[in-house]
Amino acid sequence: MNQKPEKLIDKKGTRLDGRKAYELRPLKLEVGVLSNADGSAYIEHGKNKILAAVFGPKEVHPKHMALQDRMVLKCRYHMAPFSVQERKSPAPSRREIELSKVIRDSLQPAIFMEYYPRTMTDIFIEVLQADGGTRCASITAAALAMADSGIPMRDLVVACAAGKADDTIVLDLMDEEDKLGSADVPVAMMPNLNAVTLLQMDGILSYDEFETAINMAIEGCKKIYVMQKEALKAKYVGAKEEEAEE
Amino acid sequence: MAAVVTSLKQKQISQLAAKGKRLDGRGLEDYRELKIEQGIIEKAEGSARVLLGKTEILVGTKIETGEPFPDTPNEGVMTVNAELVPIASASFEPGPPDENSIELARIVDRGIRESKAIDTEKLVIEAGKKVFIVFIDVYVLNHDGNLIDASALAAVSALQNTKMSNYEIEDGELKIKSGYTPLPVKKNPITITFAKIGDQLIVDPGLEEEQVMDARLSMAIEDDGNICAIQKGGPGYFKPEEILKAAKLAKDKAKEMRKKLGW
Amino acid sequence: MPTFFEPKQIVTPGDILAEGEYIAGENAYKENDKVYASRTGVVNYENKRVDVVALKAFYVPRMGDTIIGTVTEVGFNGWEVDIQAPYTAMLRAQDVLARQFKPQKDDLAQVLNIGDLVVAKIASYDRTHDPQLTVEEPGLGKITRGEIIKVTPTKIPRVIGKKGSMISIIKQETGCQIILGLNGVILVTGKTIEDEQLALMAIRKIDEESHTSGLTDRITQMLREEKSKREENKNESKT
Repeated sequence: MNQKPEKLIDKKGTRLDGRKAYELRPLKLEVGVLSNADGSAYIEHGKNKILAAVFGPKEVHPKHMALQDRMVLKCRYHMAPFSVQERKSPAPSRREIELSKVIRDSLQPAIFMEYYPRTMTDIFIEVLQADGGTRCASITAAALAMADSGIPMRDLVVACAAGKADDTIVLDLMDEEDKLGSADVPVAMMPNLNAVTLLQMDGILSYDEFETAINMAIEGCKKIYVMQKEALKAKYVGAKEEEAEE
Repeated sequence: MAAVVTSLKQKQISQLAAKGKRLDGRGLEDYRELKIEQGIIEKAEGSARVLLGKTEILVGTKIETGEPFPDTPNEGVMTVNAELVPIASASFEPGPPDENSIELARIVDRGIRESKAIDTEKLVIEAGKKVFIVFIDVYVLNHDGNLIDASALAAVSALQNTKMSNYEIEDGELKIKSGYTPLPVKKNPITITFAKIGDQLIVDPGLEEEQVMDARLSMAIEDDGNICAIQKGGPGYFKPEEILKAAKLAKDKAKEMRKKLGW
Repeated sequence: MPTFFEPKQIVTPGDILAEGEYIAGENAYKENDKVYASRTGVVNYENKRVDVVALKAFYVPRMGDTIIGTVTEVGFNGWEVDIQAPYTAMLRAQDVLARQFKPQKDDLAQVLNIGDLVVAKIASYDRTHDPQLTVEEPGLGKITRGEIIKVTPTKIPRVIGKKGSMISIIKQETGCQIILGLNGVILVTGKTIEDEQLALMAIRKIDEESHTSGLTDRITQMLREEKSKREENKNESKT
């Protein structure tokens, strides 16, 4: 068992991994990484390593689960047994089931569900390594996978968390801050539509602290959003298309 | 399958909401009639029954002994489980907990755990080896909307009602003595849930309002007015301003309810 | 009335393309007076209409489209056909047999079996039922020879080229017959396997480089180079 650190932030405002309160962990995004999925993306965010894949729209099985006027969206958030310090059983935990639901609810507002009645789309998220903030990193990757699949979207969905470490509101909690800090506020949004699609909080925050945290998370989201767009375009750098008649 | 809300009614609810009104005549910020009864299940260590409008929740607590978690050897354990039993709604099917009952349990759990409502340090029998485990089981008996707030109220009421047998350690064994001690409850969190219908936030959504809403936002407020848990649910979204407005309103409504309940 | 991108720039979902009196065209939508992109692609402004030419999109059936599909199930009175779309297409026995269908006597698997390829047309399709196919026109029916290649459906116009320029070149240089399924499946039938491979090479290159310019010339050049290489090899093997 690791020693618990005495302080999460020192007097100069430096966190355990050297960051300042408002700094994001390093991020890497890649789109179109799995050849069998209709859309896919890979994210490294801090020490988080997560793969997201999208299959669909496709026929619904069993048929009676189909909706006559819209698509059915399913999402599975799953952690690999070796992704955390103590091996995690492969069976879905209650936490994974809840996260699967809130992640689905965070992506659905971006999708034109009524465009494809009587179909379904599966989103699969595999956390290969976890280090605090997996649900946010998962959403960021899943939205890219969705865009990569060619399913039309209102906007990309991007996610980032803020929280409280010692007495300071900080951006993008790492694992120790997540476990030992006094609040965690994950936020997902469609930035161009100013729409928050995931919001959770655990810990204790006054109203003012909550306001600071959510605004900080939103700023973090906007920074990551720019990186998402670059990742999508990276496949097509240098694009200019000749006019083509149909 | 649950009855589909007719498109006529859906329109009605949306149109009324836009005008600041609701089907049952409530204001946008009004709760339905609330009734709480405690101690109705004698075989449980604690129990409470909440009636919020026609939504009915029964919570029973049971206390057992067991090992503490390795990273908190000096704290007792609490766990929340929820069941959406089939009698509560035509849309609830028998079987293992689905994502809805798991989400409900975890939201109720968060409110209690993060506010540190139970003084878990007082639940230690032998540090690192033996502690008390508090099982909080939420039983939804009738679903007429806003299971979250009703369940959260019932859970805290059940905790307030919970009594633990007195005990002593004899030769390393736990021996039950006569008499009871109330479970050490330090805080009484109250959860306020909002539904978003069009551009309006309405408090304590009823069943039909829930079927029409775009999304919901639940906030648990502890005794000092701080927020200790938040959960957004549903496939819609909130604008940041709406979230901050809800946070302010949740604080006020929790204070109002706390006074009314005498918590 | 502002537009926010240069024509032919790559845009991604959620990018604000224009504001004001603009109409949202392909792969775009309008909300609160703004036109947004809904897919990744190249933006185009034409008068007051904003389109995004998607770099990747799956096929959605349209009435009258010619498509190429694979039989996946033999049913009681017809076949299920995979047309690389979110919906499975149906081909009714009635349509293929061109006479009264007798369920007890006719063995549908003899006519079309699982794995068979067909060129067909979408006869009917709407939001409430799966697409129905027909093979009742000349040129439609079971595919017996040739090679199949799949591309993103949005690339089919590129394979055709301006006024058919691209596809004419491929047909000319390879001597192949080419049937373009609008669902992104292309059938190439040539006199020899080498001819077919040549055509496939060209199509694959178009698929990979569709977003670049000068492609028609590069394809023409590539085809001619490959053909001369082949000639050389043939001459060498003769000596």
